Amino acid sequence: MTTFLGIPIRRHADPSSPLREGESFPHAARREVNNEQLRGNLSRATATIRGKRAAVVAECADWEQLRDAGSAIKADVMSRLPELLEELERNVIARGGTVHWAADAAEANEIVARIAKSKGVDELVKVKSMATQEIGLNEYLEEVGIAALETDLAELIVQLGHDKPSHILVPAIHRNRAEIREIFLREMPEVPADLTDDPRQLAMAAREHLRRKFLTAKVAVSGANFAVADTGTLAVVESEGNGRMCLTLPETLITVMGIEKLIPTWQDLEVFFQLLPRSSTGERMNPYTSLWTGVTPGDGPQEFHLILLDNGRTNALADEMGRAALHCIRCSACLNVCPVYERAGGHAYGSVYPGPIGAILTPQLTGMHGHNDPNSTLPYASSLCGACFDACPVKIDIPTMLVELRAQSVDSDRGRKVPGGWSSAMKAMSWIMADDKRFRAAEKGLAAGRLIAGPDKKITKLPWPVNGWSSTRDTPAPPKETFRQWWAANRADGSDGDRAPEHNQKPEGTEGP
Amino acid sequence: MSVGSREAVLNKIRTALDGQKMPGPIPREYDTHGQHAPGSEHVIETLVDRLEDYKALVVRVGPADLADTVSSRLQGFDRIVVPAGLPAEVLEACRRVGRTVFVDGDPAILSAAELDEVQVVVTASRVTVALTGTIVLDGAADQGRRAISLVPDRHLCLVRADQIVETLPEALHLLEATRPLTMISGPSATSDIELNRVEGVHGPRTLDVVIIENS
Repeated sequence: MTTFLGIPIRRHADPSSPLREGESFPHAARREVNNEQLRGNLSRATATIRGKRAAVVAECADWEQLRDAGSAIKADVMSRLPELLEELERNVIARGGTVHWAADAAEANEIVARIAKSKGVDELVKVKSMATQEIGLNEYLEEVGIAALETDLAELIVQLGHDKPSHILVPAIHRNRAEIREIFLREMPEVPADLTDDPRQLAMAAREHLRRKFLTAKVAVSGANFAVADTGTLAVVESEGNGRMCLTLPETLITVMGIEKLIPTWQDLEVFFQLLPRSSTGERMNPYTSLWTGVTPGDGPQEFHLILLDNGRTNALADEMGRAALHCIRCSACLNVCPVYERAGGHAYGSVYPGPIGAILTPQLTGMHGHNDPNSTLPYASSLCGACFDACPVKIDIPTMLVELRAQSVDSDRGRKVPGGWSSAMKAMSWIMADDKRFRAAEKGLAAGRLIAGPDKKITKLPWPVNGWSSTRDTPAPPKETFRQWWAANRADGSDGDRAPEHNQKPEGTEGP
Repeated sequence: MSVGSREAVLNKIRTALDGQKMPGPIPREYDTHGQHAPGSEHVIETLVDRLEDYKALVVRVGPADLADTVSSRLQGFDRIVVPAGLPAEVLEACRRVGRTVFVDGDPAILSAAELDEVQVVVTASRVTVALTGTIVLDGAADQGRRAISLVPDRHLCLVRADQIVETLPEALHLLEATRPLTMISGPSATSDIELNRVEGVHGPRTLDVVIIENS
């Protein structure tokens, strides 16, 4: 086992959950980046979406003003969450809906199962929803004998491929068309053997596969993109029409919604309906948006249940800075622009929320339980380049929060009896740098580094306790002489350097990183 | 009625927020109105451009040509569903050349399976956003239940020029939140395969828009 400098690595003892699958980011990423197929698929897909997003965002002259409004509305929501949730609850009930409150995943799952069983069904249809993935609803329903059918194309690809989602918006982004064709041929009994990998044909195969299910389903489960407190209106934003099918045709609709999905007023939708589609699929508007308020007699489901889910959100809320992670509208723009996500892929994050937002949201929902917790590694899954902050439609300062979470993770680790590589290295450096003689002696040792580096001037393996540093990076060979050595050699007159040095001999290796 | 951990969740939130600094006012400096009047030539042209970008079919007609246009756009189809409140001349146009027209709710509403046997749905619309190419249905009598504009594979949608606004905020302002609303921007599509957009999945695979110009 290698030590990843500064990053806790050991597995957590907790059983696997959708927010903590069990492997640390550095370990999973090391495996995933070696998957060339995955990297090819991801780099093509993210390049496509980055281009589309940039084009439609450039069309909006008031884009920054929309972001400012979106950010401020979400901050307002968090500060008034109890009263707004009660307002939403009142309005949903007034329009014939039922509101349930779930403190955690287990409670939400039990409520869904209880409602489904009371309808006597052993199968239900689902609209793509991050909240239900987060609580592991499909797995729970399977245990109690109810099949949950994913109807979003990407979710269907993941479900049929017995796979895990790897992206918030396009869970099957790691699959290319040829792989999708193979999955369909294997898992859909009705598809013709001459199915090609033309995306249009693949989409038609999904249509055929799900058509009868839509027309006969009695119960549907959805998430919610937005819930409007002052009207009690729920909104689902989608593309394919599977959402409309689930929200319209069944008799009973169950919506599972994180408590942070709230917005105060109907007017606020004008901000988010502009920000979300352009940021997520790079479209001016997504093909379909459904809005419903409670139950409408004679139109759509005649029984509506809204489940308000906490599941760790109140933990994140308690951290005044970390609270901003709850502003996320799940557009996934930060994933698409992230150089780490593009190479490591979503599975490496070990959570249903991958990418930059996942790296802050996941540890905040679950807490970071010290060195052995894989989620303590997530704040390190970033180069802190800041592209995610620029892309975020609600201006979540992800890089600053990553640094803050790193500090929390290091602080929580200070009490360990056996020091890790990070604190040993830092203590050693501190001891060396605190004394001029020790520092000078250490400099002499750098010559050894040139020997280790060899002719390509790269050190690929450093000794303990700094070996973690070189496990994913090459270290450049030290220069022939240090600055202090150069100074001593060129300023033997004892000059203290208060005049401009007439240097012809620049020390080697000081011209750049 | 509410069940579950209501008080526990609310109390946890209150504790989490205890002693917080309240955020400042919400800046709303974004555009809430377009530069052009509803139904103006510029707004209609923008809408046509957006709809074509979504691969929707679109045609502009004067009020006098509406019925003939509807009839000609239904050519080749013989099973049509319409909401009960469609204008009489449009209903008449649907019924031409012996087409079978089901009026939803008159006498009975159609089941999902029956709707699946229908080829085209013809509806009016409530309001349309030019800049995003978004048509909104609100379930009024000339638009019908959500199911009828969803299950048939082709949607012929009538948009009056004076219902076309330039921006999304203008449209939301005109809508009644508590009605069942469907916002439609082009035919059903997916970007789930390599993030390339492909038109036509579960919703109507063809969206045919008739813009009725002011006389």
